Amino acid sequence: MSLLEINGLGISFGGLKAVNDVSFSVKPGEIVSVIGPNGAGKTTLFNMISGIYLPGRGSVRLNGTDVTGIAPHKLAEMGLSRTFQNLQIFQEMSVLDNVLAGFHLQERGSVIADLLSLPGMRRRAANARDEAGKLLARVRLDREQGQKAGNLSYGALKRLEIARALALNPRILLLDEPAAGCNAVETEEIDRLIAELAASGIAILLVEHDMKLVMRISNHIVVLDHGEKIAEGDPATVSRDPQVIAAYLGREETEAADADG
Amino acid sequence: MDALLQFIFSGMTVGAVYALVALGFTIIYNASDVVNFAQGEFVMLGGMITVFAHQAGMPLPLAAAMAVVAAAGGGVALNRLAIEPARSAPVVSLIIITIGASILIRGAARLIFDKQLHRLPSFSGDTPIRIMGATILPQSLWVMGGAVAVFIGLWLFFSRTLTGKAVLATANNRIAAQLVGINTRWIMTLSFGLSAAIGALAGVLVTPITLVSYDVGVALALKGFAAAMLGGMGNPRGALLGGILLGLLESMTAGYLSSQYKDAVAFIVILAVLFVMPQGIFGKKPVERV
Amino acid sequence: MTAARGKWLQLAVLAIVIAALPLIFPSGYYYRVGALIFVNALSVVGLVILIGLAGQISLGHAGFAGIGAYACALAPAHLGLHPGLALVLGAVVSGLLALLIGRPILRLKGYYLAVATLGFGILVSMVLTNERALTGGPDGMAVEDIGLRPLLRDLGWRISGGEFWYGISGIALLIGAWMALNLLDSPTGRAMRALHGSEVAASTVGIDVARQKLRAFVISAVYASVAGSLLALQNGFVTPDIAGFMHSIEMVTMAVLGGVGSVIGAVLGAAILTLLPQVLTVFAEYEQLVLGAVMIIVMIFMPQGLLPSIMRRIRGRGE
Repeated sequence: MSLLEINGLGISFGGLKAVNDVSFSVKPGEIVSVIGPNGAGKTTLFNMISGIYLPGRGSVRLNGTDVTGIAPHKLAEMGLSRTFQNLQIFQEMSVLDNVLAGFHLQERGSVIADLLSLPGMRRRAANARDEAGKLLARVRLDREQGQKAGNLSYGALKRLEIARALALNPRILLLDEPAAGCNAVETEEIDRLIAELAASGIAILLVEHDMKLVMRISNHIVVLDHGEKIAEGDPATVSRDPQVIAAYLGREETEAADADG
Repeated sequence: MDALLQFIFSGMTVGAVYALVALGFTIIYNASDVVNFAQGEFVMLGGMITVFAHQAGMPLPLAAAMAVVAAAGGGVALNRLAIEPARSAPVVSLIIITIGASILIRGAARLIFDKQLHRLPSFSGDTPIRIMGATILPQSLWVMGGAVAVFIGLWLFFSRTLTGKAVLATANNRIAAQLVGINTRWIMTLSFGLSAAIGALAGVLVTPITLVSYDVGVALALKGFAAAMLGGMGNPRGALLGGILLGLLESMTAGYLSSQYKDAVAFIVILAVLFVMPQGIFGKKPVERV
Repeated sequence: MTAARGKWLQLAVLAIVIAALPLIFPSGYYYRVGALIFVNALSVVGLVILIGLAGQISLGHAGFAGIGAYACALAPAHLGLHPGLALVLGAVVSGLLALLIGRPILRLKGYYLAVATLGFGILVSMVLTNERALTGGPDGMAVEDIGLRPLLRDLGWRISGGEFWYGISGIALLIGAWMALNLLDSPTGRAMRALHGSEVAASTVGIDVARQKLRAFVISAVYASVAGSLLALQNGFVTPDIAGFMHSIEMVTMAVLGGVGSVIGAVLGAAILTLLPQVLTVFAEYEQLVLGAVMIIVMIFMPQGLLPSIMRRIRGRGE
């Protein structure tokens, strides 16, 4: 059974259809990639699935339940977690606190306990702190945990954001360009991390421009162009699809023609 | 019926003043994204300077002109000395800076002038004009006429002059405006001067009716802001309409409900507008990008 | 570990200052000034939670101080409640009111939030001014004594009113600071700081942004209310000015002046702004002028507030 089911999803901004009639599904342990040229609507699609934008049409089902238009924090409780293309890090907080924020659902409790520093609150916080330490070690940021997040390098911030997303112990993880701006070594690490996560049964939905990475790790690929799904299938099928080739290669020709004219 | 008309007249008069204050807010907000809580102090300065210059023997029109110019200078100084150095500060800081400026101007006015209430002679006498059983003071016509004249003047400025269009461009997108060679620093100076001058003009026009003292600015600023927000922040048409509407609501409340709570109307309106339609009547809904 | 140590260090410094200050007081009058500083600091600590932690502004918190103050004036007079219980009643009413208006108000951001809270505060002060039959109008009303001093006297402890309220206010501030410091390093505090940093990211990690903002708003309202109650009780008198616009502005200015992120900064800001008029009594004419200038100058040259700027200067010299 599918964990995430997207059906006829669409949204318009000021009359422009940013995403139109997109359907696909993701199973537990599966890595599904959404690819397409810049402006194809990939991030908008992510924002609709994670509840940040209210879809204009269509539905999102999570584990069989209709979750269309549900607030992001509710989706987080239902096991959906994500990262952002342009990094949404809590810059003023420490590296450790960033990950602890990811443990919010686990460590939250009565506000009275928090104000009075009751033992219950201290226990919850200590548990979260232990697990946050393990996650930071996993993304090799354990030495930086006391630093202000804003001081980290770009690649480190990318890993921090993944650690924060994993803190939720998600059933499905949406990764928006996790390897963007990373060097070859870092990309390889992320590649390995994603594969590990999928192997542990987490469903992965990925937006990524690094085609080598996408082709290597995806079970299934969905291709968007101008907000519409133009193809889907396994890596081999998609890479041979004439429409996909046209969307990626043809664009340059038409752009060149436009420039000439 | 006569009473209703009477309330409408008085509401339109106060409303015109609120509209002028709201226009001042709008101009600065558009140019700089700053809400200038000291806007009411310019109205006070307009009234006070005119009163004292007139008492010193200056003819009224000259005294009024001097007050408007002096207030404009104050607006420019406010921008240069307090707003510009804190351009990139967070909203809380900017709020405190402009409120600090308002307290400072008020304190200075108390020192330079005095703590008394002052009045100015009406421009065209005090004989009420009778219209359909209600009466209106000639000075009220001056106030309303002033608001309309300023509004038309601003509209011509923004739609017909290159400088006006540069202001609009800056309001729309500061960085893009800079890229096409608009001196946005000069635009901000201009906006603060213009907005202070408009406030001072409102003060000159309304002082014969409502009198003036060093501390009238706070209430006017808050109500002008309520008006601007009611019409939709940053929209001159909204400022005019919001001002008149607020004035009418106040005079109706005073007339039919409770004169004690007339001043509460502005804040009930603010809260209602913000809860129901945070964009105001003419405002646009912002789209959040992630 | 370090956060916990920092907490106890700050509390210890505060406790020592409160306990040691009377040693240098030249006269009994200074107990009153000290008590006023602590009460102001208490409400400002509440604002540190709202502004510094959760990143929300309020220009209407004097409204809650007014509710707390008038609860202590009205409840004993009309309901026969003990003034001490009236303080609790005021805090409950303030908290509930904050809960009620917080939902719609906190959806707003920036200037809109500032103006909505400002409108709320002014409405409260208008009601207090206009309902003369109940509140005595602009002239204010008397507040019953809390009656603890006679009790202490019977136990053989004779202290002046000034000393008594100095102690009570100091203890209240210590408790308030302790709770705020607890919150700072708790799951709720982290959630508030997170939404301050990025509401979108906070919501995607499961933080109910609206709920956390509401928590900060209610907590800070209760702080302001208790501070208002204490002020009314020690003055034995209350006027609508306590709920006025200028009082709200003073509170926010104190918070931002000291450094809005820190509890000690809040106390520092409260101390400076409370002392300013005392120092300027000789030049009463200049009070507004100086206050306005201080607000502008600090915001331009020390946008982080006094305490963080001073700390940075000290560290900079150390290197």
